[in-house]
Order: sequence, then C-alpha cells, then structure tokens
Amino acid sequence: MKWARTTAIVFLLAVCAACLLANVIAPASYARQFREQPNASPSRQHPLGTDDLGRDRFSRLLYGTRVSLLLAPAAALLTSLLAALVGGIAGFAGGWVERSVMAGTDLFLSLPWLFLLITVRALLPLNVSPILSVLITFAMLGCLGWAGAARIICADARVLAQSDFILLARASGSNGFRLLWRHLVPNLKPVLYAQFWISVPVFILTEDNLGILGLGVAEPLPSWGSLLRELEGFSTVSGQAWQLAPLILFILVVSSFHLVLTKEELPV
Amino acid sequence: MKKLLTSFVLFTLIAFGPGRVMAQSGGELHFCLRSEPKTLNPLLAADDASETIRYLTGGVLVRVNRLTQELEPALATSWTVTNGGKTITFELREGLRFSDGTPFSAGDVAFTMQQLMDPALHSPTGDAFRSSEAAKVETQVLPKNQVRITFPAPIAGLDRLFDQVAIMSSKSAQKEMAVLGPYYVGENKAGSYLILKRNSNYWEKDPAGRPLPYIESVRLDIQQNRDLEMLRLTRGEIHFINSLDAEYFDKVVAQDPSMAHDAGASLDSEQMWFNQVANSPLPPYKKAWFTSTNFRRALSEAINREDLARIVFHGHARPAVGLVSPANKFWFNAKLEAHPFDQKSALERLAQDGFHLQDGVLRDRGGHAVEFSVITNSGNKYRERMATMIQQDLSGIGIKLNVVTLDFPSLIERISRTFDYEACLLGLVNDELDPNAQMTVWLSSADSHQWNPSQKTPATAWEADIDKLMRAQASTLDPKKRKEDFDKVQEIAWQQEPFIYLVNKNALSAVSPALHNAHPVVLRPQVYWNIDRLSLTGEVARNR
Repeated sequence: MKWARTTAIVFLLAVCAACLLANVIAPASYARQFREQPNASPSRQHPLGTDDLGRDRFSRLLYGTRVSLLLAPAAALLTSLLAALVGGIAGFAGGWVERSVMAGTDLFLSLPWLFLLITVRALLPLNVSPILSVLITFAMLGCLGWAGAARIICADARVLAQSDFILLARASGSNGFRLLWRHLVPNLKPVLYAQFWISVPVFILTEDNLGILGLGVAEPLPSWGSLLRELEGFSTVSGQAWQLAPLILFILVVSSFHLVLTKEELPV
Repeated sequence: MKKLLTSFVLFTLIAFGPGRVMAQSGGELHFCLRSEPKTLNPLLAADDASETIRYLTGGVLVRVNRLTQELEPALATSWTVTNGGKTITFELREGLRFSDGTPFSAGDVAFTMQQLMDPALHSPTGDAFRSSEAAKVETQVLPKNQVRITFPAPIAGLDRLFDQVAIMSSKSAQKEMAVLGPYYVGENKAGSYLILKRNSNYWEKDPAGRPLPYIESVRLDIQQNRDLEMLRLTRGEIHFINSLDAEYFDKVVAQDPSMAHDAGASLDSEQMWFNQVANSPLPPYKKAWFTSTNFRRALSEAINREDLARIVFHGHARPAVGLVSPANKFWFNAKLEAHPFDQKSALERLAQDGFHLQDGVLRDRGGHAVEFSVITNSGNKYRERMATMIQQDLSGIGIKLNVVTLDFPSLIERISRTFDYEACLLGLVNDELDPNAQMTVWLSSADSHQWNPSQKTPATAWEADIDKLMRAQASTLDPKKRKEDFDKVQEIAWQQEPFIYLVNKNALSAVSPALHNAHPVVLRPQVYWNIDRLSLTGEVARNR
C-alpha cells in the first residue's frame, strides 16, 4: 500500500499548491458576479461553469479549497494539542485527577455542541469580515473538538505511566515535567498524529454542516461547505455533472488523508 | 334497433372516449400538505395546513373571489354594513344543512361569533375583529332568517373579514366536524394523510343545476420533502402543487411546460430595512446614516432590483414598488413605480448628506468608512443570494456590506428585543388585501413597525403623517376616501423608504393536465380556490 500512500501525499500536495496559487490560476475573482451568465455550462472562460449568481465555479472551488484545507488542519492541530495536554496530564497523574478530568471530558462530550456553535456564532459581533468569520468558525471547532481525542490519549498515557521504562525513569530520578516531556510525550506521538489526521476531515465535514445551516463561512468567501450546499436536493445536479466537482474533490481529499496514515498510526 | 345502437355508441364515446374534458363528477383529488394541521377547529386555524382544511371544509357567510378579488355571497345572500362600520346584517340562505344533516340557522352564526370572540379561545381569526377591548360583540337573531352583529368599535373592511369565519353548528353532536363547506373530514391519519369526503348537503349547484363539488373526495398527504412532492407530481400521484419556488418551477417547466402556471406578482414581498431605534446599541454616526432619508433612498437606487428578480428568482418575480403589490388590484397606487437602478443618482444623493468617495471607499462627513451588516435568516437561499447580490451592488458605490445569516430565533431576538443589528433582510407573507391588515406594521406605536417599533410618539413628521392617514382610512367606510388616504401612505413610504422593497415574488404552481377548471391565481389558495368546481378527467376519476 506504499504506492497508495505516496499517491495520496502527491495528490494532497498538488491540491495544496493549486489552492495556494489560486490568485494565479483562477480565471476570475471568487466574488465577481457575471450576471449575464448565471448557471452557465463549462466553457473556456469558466472551466466549471458559473453558479446561480454567475460566479466562476472553478475560482470558487480553488479559493474554497484553500479556506477549508488550510484552516481545517490548523483547527485539528489546536484540538490535538488540547487533547494531548488534558488527556496526557490526566492519564499520567492517574487517581482522582484522572477521574475528575475525565468526568469533565464526559460532560463536555455530552454537550450538544452544534447548538453551542450556533449560539456562539449568533452572539458574535455582526460586522466581522468573511476572513475573520472563517477564522472564528475554525477556532471554535478547534476549541470544542478535543474531548474525544483526550479520552484516547488519556487511556494511552495511563498505560505508558505504568510501563517499565517509566518506572525505570522514576527510579533514575526523573520526575514531573522532565518525565512527561522526555519520556511520555515522545511515546504518545503516534496516537497524536493519528488523532490529528482523523480530525482534519472531521472538521471539514463540520464546517460543511455549519455551511449547510448557513452558519459557516460568510459570503462571498467560498468554502467547501458553501460549495457542497449547492448540491442540496437530489434533482439539482441532474444533467449538470460538473456541479459535482467539489464533492469529488472533497471525497478524494478526505480519502487521501486516511491513506496518508501508516498502519501503525491508524487507531485500533 | 339502429337508433338504439347509435345511442349506445354515442353514450360510450361520451362516457369513455379519449380526450374527454367536460366536468366529470367523482374521483379523488390528491395533493400534499407540507405539515400536519395543528388543529381541525376552524376558529383556531393559524398554520397553512389548518387553513387549507378550513378552506376546503368551512362554510362562510361571504367569500372573496380569488380571481376577481371581489366579495361574493355564500351562506349569506346579502349583507349591509351600517352604524359607521360597527354593525353588519346578513340575510342567510334558507333550508341549508350541515354535513351531518343538522339544519343551519341564524343561531349557528350567533354561536360561531360567540365562540370566535371568546377571549379564552384565543382565536387568531377572532383577533382581526377585536378593534376595541371595551365591550362585547352583540349578535341578534332577527326575523326573516337575518342575523345582526354589532361590534364595540368600527372595523374598516368588516365584511371581507367574514371570508375567514367558518360557521359552526350550535346543535350538532359532531361540533366543529359538522361543516357547511364542500367537504368534510372523513379520515385523519395523524402524520400521514387526511381524507376529505364530499359534503352531500353542500348548498351550491353549477349553472346546469348539478350539485357541487364535482370531485368525490380529496386526499391530502403530509409530505415535507419538496423533492418528493415534485417526484409524485411527475409520476401522476398528486394533481397539483399549490405553491412552488422559482427553482422547482423551472424544473416543472423543463419536464412539462403545460403543468407550470405563473400567475404573476403575488402579494408577498422581500424587503430590507435599517435599524432606526433611538436607543439601539449602534454608534451615533451609524444612527445618523440610517435615519437619513437621502441615505436610504441612495441605497435603494444602488440596488439592481431587475437583476434580483432575474437571477435570484429566475425571472419569476417583479421589482417591488412599495408596501402594496401590484397584485392587489384595488389598493395598489398605480402612480408609483419601482425605484430605478441608478448608482450615479445614488452618489449624488449621498453627497447631499456629506458622503464622499475616497479611494473607492464611501466615507461620511466624519471620515467613517461606510460599512454595515445585513442579517437574514439562515437556510433561506433566496434571501442569502439577494444579500450577496446587494453586497456587490453596494460595493459599486464604495459601501462594504457584511452578510450575516442567523438562526431565526437569534434574528428575531435582535430585531425585536435587543435591537443589536444594522440592517435586516426579510420577507412579508401577505394574505390580506385590505390595508387594515398592515396597521400593525405602519402605525408608529405598533410592535411590528420594524425599523423603530413601539414608539410613544412618532419619531418623525412623516411617521406622524402615516399614523394619521392609516387611522383616517380605518375610520371611514367610504372606499374612495380610504383609497385616497392609503395612496398617500404609499407615496410617503415610497419617498421615505423605511422599508426598501426589493421584489414581489410571483405566485407559481404546478397543475396536472388531469385536473380541469383550475385557474391558478395570486391569492391563497392559488390552485384550489374554486375547489367545488374542479374536476378530474374521466379516466382519472374512474381509476380513483
């Protein structure tokens, strides 16, 4: 399966390069409305046609991919760090600390956080730019997504804390932060990587869901959420296969993320 | 023998021949409700589904003809409004019976009015008659099958309000299930379907003397999913879709143009307004923008309504003129026209208030860049698209518009309680033709006076003028005088633009060729307003 992993990495790099070079590649601004050509079919001027407002679909796909693909990993990194901090300390300390932290984590998991996101979004100031709006959305996703990963990391840290090499390190005089940083964290890396890669598509999907609820990225900035929203209704895309491009790209990217994980990194 | 054979052939051709289009009795009409009716009590109907059941089953004293928009006799053969609009006297038809056979009398009208005005019932239909809380409504049963209803205060357009009042039986053991309309509820499978059966006691007959309605029963399937509703129409499982949005309408046109009906501009409007509430948490310079007539007029001129109608609604909408849609034949002020798209004129108006363009950015006298947000409800793609188009239009005069979609409760909280918003884009669903229905919007003291609600005294001179004119039109029975007053209200609203009216959506529907005598109109219910005269083709009627 090495070839598949290599192909996935190359594909992800190509997609990242394309969206980073969107300013050069895109035939038009993602916001420009060609009002005389709404819902146009693919043409030389518009390789993927235009949307309902006459905006170039290809340009919107490039910029939307940039938004979702760059911010989702950032949110996943934030989540992984928070999960490592909370889960690692709880698992390493054990006893009442672990029980208290895990009780808090369970409580956090039980919150209907989609509604919480909607509420938080509604409480935010109205005059925020689309860029700031998307940053806030992904920051919220990053801050709220750590609990599940924290439980996994806590369980792993607990096993490690009771292992022979930690016992040996303690006997050698290591304690506190040094024990955590030098011995525990390096051994938690595989599970942290796995959590990171799993979180990326989860956040992309969550942003899509928020977009479908109209609460994701503000217009006119595109994201995969807003692009996938155009596929609402099974009869919408009949006879307009090019509208499926964002969905196909999304599936390929999410599949590639999973292929990138090595066998050892995949969670049991 | 030859004559007999010829008669038989003729009978066969008439009865079973292809392409038969004359009114055919029998059959079952199928269509969908988007939700389950919340009540079958006609006095409590407030949601679309309950109102549909009320329309199909309820017998009313007078009926607004949805095609001509004129009031026509129904259970009452004639009526007179007297006492300055406080009293209405109906002369009732004789010999009528409810669906269960109970005789209809003036006592039933008195009973219905008593129920309707009972404060404990909280009837939404009754609210329209509550012009004063001072005294009770008096109903007198008079000789010659007449009934007189006296209200404590005058009600303009009183007679038209009775179009919504389904008469209930005071004697029937079936209570509200005994009806005087063309159908009665035969079966109600909660969450799934309702079957309405033909009321054999229905009073009306066609010009040939045949009893109405023609169709034997109506099956109403509860179907929330619009895609499935469309699929069922194309498969011939339902006979019509009463109200379609532009996107689905175009799909019907693509599949079978003969099924698509665009009745023209409806009474519904889409509009945008600015927050003019004095104690809102907006900075003073923004309050100054929003309370400036020039600012509002300029922004109105900078919005391309033609493009909104053409692109967002696929051409199935008209640029809106003002608070009354041209579909409202009597009350629309025909002197007014939609504000034209003219960004040059918009900039000139803004210049009068000290706004100026600097590096492509519009700034006010104090140098503040003109940037504000517009909120709309999430999930409504038409409004989101309109907001996005307005965003581009306003960027043409250097204004930065931020589009914010909020869930509906949050939006309502902001526009009606905290007033923490700058501009809002919403629509108004309007069923009523009479301007009295708009009193709750246009009186400055009203809660629904959205741009600045519940004012103790009018904040501006033009709002005081509108108050005066709205009260004047409501206090007279002379239609000409009322029209003059309401025309002036429309002119003031057109000049001041507290609401920037954007478009009037068209009334769109889809009707199967199997359904005859359907003439979709702009007023609700668009397709089945003449339900008693609809018929199905012979084949369909027999198969059902």
